[in-house]
Amino acid sequence: MITLTINGKQRSVAAEPDTPLLWVLRDELHLNGTKFGCGMALCGACTVHLDGQPTRACVLPASAAVGKKVTTIEAIGANPVGKRVQQAWAELDVPQCGYCQSGQIMAATALLRAIPHPSDTDIDQAMSGNICRCGTYQRIRLAIHKAARDA
Amino acid sequence: MRSHPLIKLAALLALGWTCSAGAGPAAADKAALFDPVASVVMGPRCINCHQVAAPRQKDLGVLHAQQVVRGKDGNGSAVLRCAACHQATNTAGGRVPGAPHWQLAPLSMNWQGLDKKAVCEQMRDPARNGKRTTPKQVIEHMETDPLVLWAWQPGAGRSKPAMSHEEFVRALVAWADAGLPCPA
Repeated sequence: MITLTINGKQRSVAAEPDTPLLWVLRDELHLNGTKFGCGMALCGACTVHLDGQPTRACVLPASAAVGKKVTTIEAIGANPVGKRVQQAWAELDVPQCGYCQSGQIMAATALLRAIPHPSDTDIDQAMSGNICRCGTYQRIRLAIHKAARDA
Repeated sequence: MRSHPLIKLAALLALGWTCSAGAGPAAADKAALFDPVASVVMGPRCINCHQVAAPRQKDLGVLHAQQVVRGKDGNGSAVLRCAACHQATNTAGGRVPGAPHWQLAPLSMNWQGLDKKAVCEQMRDPARNGKRTTPKQVIEHMETDPLVLWAWQPGAGRSKPAMSHEEFVRALVAWADAGLPCPA
């Protein structure tokens, strides 16, 4: 058994130490907001926060999350910055198919917590690991600037 | 009758051996002690992260995808950190490389654009080698750091150094014992 702190709650799961956190979240805990994209940390669809830092759950061994705080898209709205990002996303209709957007919102929230008023370069350097097959990048950029302004 | 080419080669080698043994190790011979070290440290597994602004990938040394940058502390930008993807071991069947404290080398230890002579001189300069002052300290990182040892288990078909780590350590010790000589 592995005990993890996920969205503020202690959760014990029967998982091998090297099972990727993504499968613990999706298959064991049914937190399906975090998506599987590439399985190789190339696309960002599986982004969660580990102690506040964006991390690719598809390659993070569950054992590496022990003792750390895991936050997923299901709980990011409880954070004031995360809520602001979600509101900006909704107001600007950022998503198209939506598959990558939970990862995008996790990355954007972490960006705005680290850099409250990011430049376009800051956005590029923070968000380039999150791929959008619909090409919503311009709206993502606008929504991040809007969420910064709305603070 | 013409002698076999291999016999000629053996004779030449024997002559060379006799000369160097008789005259003592010449400077060129000492400088050659860095060659096997260079063959490892100037390979992609090492040099791809001894870079200025951003790490590189693959044997060709292409800039790291995802616009990964050095950042303020050599661990990436504020929110796209090395550890976002790179764990303490290789993951995803070896396709995502990983080792403890995966990060770029300090900026002072940049090798980007340097040739063999310049890399050698940098490695023995405490101002540019992580404040390592003795030959033993200089080679310690390459003998024991798990991030360096990763180069021999890089995963996913990535190329490895041409020699084993044991052979590399022997080459390092020989280079250190000779006083860290560099190519002229």
